[in-house]
Amino acid sequence: MIAWKIGGDQGEGIDSTGDVLATVLNRMGYYVYGYKSFSSRIKGGHTHYKVRISTVPVAAPTLKTDILVALNQETIDKNAHELDGGLLLADSAFEPEVADAVKAHLLRLPLTEMAKDLGSVVMRNMVAVGASVALLNLPVEPFADYVAAKFARKGEAVMEANRRAVKAGYDAVREQYPHLLTFSLGKPTPGDRIVVTGNELTALGALAGGCRIFCGYPITPASDIMEALAKWFPLVGGAVVQMEDELGSIVAAIGAGFAGARAMTATSGPGISLMQESIGLASMAEIPVVIVDTQRGGPSTGMPTKQEQSDLLALLNGGHGEGPRIVLTPGSPEETFEDAVEAFNLAETYQNPVIIATDLSLALWKQTVERSVVQSPAVPIERGRVVSQEELLAMGKDVFERYQLTADGISPRSLPGEKYGQYLATGSEHSLTGKVNEDPKNRVRMMNKRLEKIQGVNRQRIGIKYEGPADAELVLLGINSTVGVIREAKAMLEAEGHRVAIAWLRTLSPFPTDQVREALAKARRVMVVEQNATHQLLTWMRAQGAADGRFESFVKYDGVPMAPEEVVAAARGTFSRVEVVR
Amino acid sequence: MATLAEFKTAEKSWWCPGCGDFGVLAALQKALVSVGVEPEKVAIVAGIGCSGKIGNYINSYNLHVTHGRTMPAALGLKLANRDLTVIAAGGDGDAYAIGMGHFMHAMRRNMDITYIVMDNHIYGLTKGQTSPTSVEGFQTKSTPKGNIERPVHPLMLAISAGATFVAQGFSSWQPQLAKLIEAGIRHRGFSLINTISPCVTYNKVNTYDWYKKVLKNLDEDPNYRPNDRTAALAMLNETDELVTGLIYQEEGPSFEDLLPGYQKTPIVEQDLRLNQEVWDKVLASLD
Repeated sequence: MIAWKIGGDQGEGIDSTGDVLATVLNRMGYYVYGYKSFSSRIKGGHTHYKVRISTVPVAAPTLKTDILVALNQETIDKNAHELDGGLLLADSAFEPEVADAVKAHLLRLPLTEMAKDLGSVVMRNMVAVGASVALLNLPVEPFADYVAAKFARKGEAVMEANRRAVKAGYDAVREQYPHLLTFSLGKPTPGDRIVVTGNELTALGALAGGCRIFCGYPITPASDIMEALAKWFPLVGGAVVQMEDELGSIVAAIGAGFAGARAMTATSGPGISLMQESIGLASMAEIPVVIVDTQRGGPSTGMPTKQEQSDLLALLNGGHGEGPRIVLTPGSPEETFEDAVEAFNLAETYQNPVIIATDLSLALWKQTVERSVVQSPAVPIERGRVVSQEELLAMGKDVFERYQLTADGISPRSLPGEKYGQYLATGSEHSLTGKVNEDPKNRVRMMNKRLEKIQGVNRQRIGIKYEGPADAELVLLGINSTVGVIREAKAMLEAEGHRVAIAWLRTLSPFPTDQVREALAKARRVMVVEQNATHQLLTWMRAQGAADGRFESFVKYDGVPMAPEEVVAAARGTFSRVEVVR
Repeated sequence: MATLAEFKTAEKSWWCPGCGDFGVLAALQKALVSVGVEPEKVAIVAGIGCSGKIGNYINSYNLHVTHGRTMPAALGLKLANRDLTVIAAGGDGDAYAIGMGHFMHAMRRNMDITYIVMDNHIYGLTKGQTSPTSVEGFQTKSTPKGNIERPVHPLMLAISAGATFVAQGFSSWQPQLAKLIEAGIRHRGFSLINTISPCVTYNKVNTYDWYKKVLKNLDEDPNYRPNDRTAALAMLNETDELVTGLIYQEEGPSFEDLLPGYQKTPIVEQDLRLNQEVWDKVLASLD
């Protein structure tokens, strides 16, 4: 496993350099995980992009770097400490200086000069790609070919210049630093895999799941979902509308859900705050709608480009009153696809809003996924208790009971256009026919109906996933992007001789208390790992009767994605404390 | 063809006796009959406030939403099923205060929906506070020394924002109001019918009698042509919007007509399953 990183100024093509490397490495059969640090500005400011490259699946960041490519001095100053005997390739144009404390071999290469000689300074990144490929000890052709193909639209000259840039970087490193080419990635495993983000798979899942209307407002880190659907919906007769705000986005999706379409919105923290009132409308009027929250640093504007999992309690309890919400938490890009499909089925089956909570790291960072996950659009579509025109005609002209009380709380649902199915869907408390009604007895039966109906979710869905021995010394429990982190931490702790398992929650509401208790029954200790300051996940588990004295918390809330090394360090502390107790 | 009776419900009204909203309801029901649409093909989106109760009294599909959000709800509803006649109804607070943002964008978007704003210049259901259309100096519970803010001029605003059908009716003048609503429904694109609907309980200034004295009926002006933006704006400015009739209309494509890939068959009637060919195209765009 090798960690490669490139750093420079934002807006200088750092992203495309990392993307080229990740894409080609994936095609060669390596597993990749690519992530970056960026700010909420378009140009300027330090940015870096790290790609972890492995012969086995990888889904987490790491604190260390093996190869650092520096396009400016700031990159060295801010990142060189991650190198532990690794390689530091720097553009000689800025006369790199390396502090004595840094343990690394410095390779100076005139990246800027070489790019200028080849025709344009903008090709500096491609020279860096070539140099990086040499340092990784890989053949240059696949990279040169990919880069050339990428620029094919810009004409033969640009295409060839970029190909030459990649090769020039490669050749320069091999000629000048043959003694430093010691890295070896190992043999790749051939396979059919794609490099994707959680956002892309959320959008794909929605498309396969029958979503045909998306109404949203641009926000980091959710916008990719809207952008992907804007590209795909014209192929399937769907509609993407960029709304004036999130207040409108959620209500437009609810309007479409009322009409019988599968509709979605996607946002992040600030947008979720604005949507809360109308999520209550969907709960109250029992209208299916799907909401994606790609969590980021809050509150208020918070840290728009930083990782956090601090919306959990707002997703579960936000908004006034007590409206039921179904909240799903995918723990990998693959699970975002699964959940996006399932969210629409649950929304229609339970006639209720369904929130898919992800986080910035899961939403944005690229990783290798087996193509078989998304190979086919054939997914189950369950429309729930929609009544047909024939059934309505048989019922006759008497007023249709849209909110009829049933054994499972789920009522028959008519769709606009169906004769004799007319009713009022309202956010006001209402009677069985939907008419506004404030009778105390009616209030209680309608509240109970709504709150109880979603309990069925836990009978049809696995709410917690578990990997490892049931009687583990320590279970690391996470959600969203930290699942990849705890999985890697588990392997590291096992190497130290510990019996460790991991668990991750797939449903936060209705909370799968029985499933969680059963899964964790034999665990000696449970460490709830989450990226917020007030251990919201543990708080929620306690409130649901799923956490006891064995549980402890490990939180991180500095905006930086959690790394497995950090979890390992925290777990070591736990083991040492437990030993003292013994 | 549906009859007037088929658009009525057995629900007893919550409105005060004499409320202008009765007239709006009656005109809307008449317009629906004239258009020839069946009750199940009509979807009414209502806002919050006295006016928002209108959905209780019409036998159609009704969606009663959060305060100020009729426009986005109507948009989603119509996008999902373009065969429906989608009508939004709400008060001046719903439209021009809490819902002003959506109002402006709904007009420039030009979806084929009809918006009936029931304008009484007062907050009635909250028992008498100033509204965005209240005139300067208007004394209410929240402005005991008189309103110091300038009123919104919704009709001029609508034309400026790009609305393609702008009309004003008066709940007492039934035939004209029903005709305007009908024309609004038939219009391809967004139609606004701001409707003067007096509040008999909390507004003792802008009363039925007062309106009957000051309103100018454009139908009686043989020289007025509702297809000239500049002339419409000048007329509204001169009359301080105290007019009834069709003020402005322009023909052209609606939002639905321009939406890439949007089909004639309503989304709700399309097969949700995708074929492999389309899917492969989508997957190809990922690499």
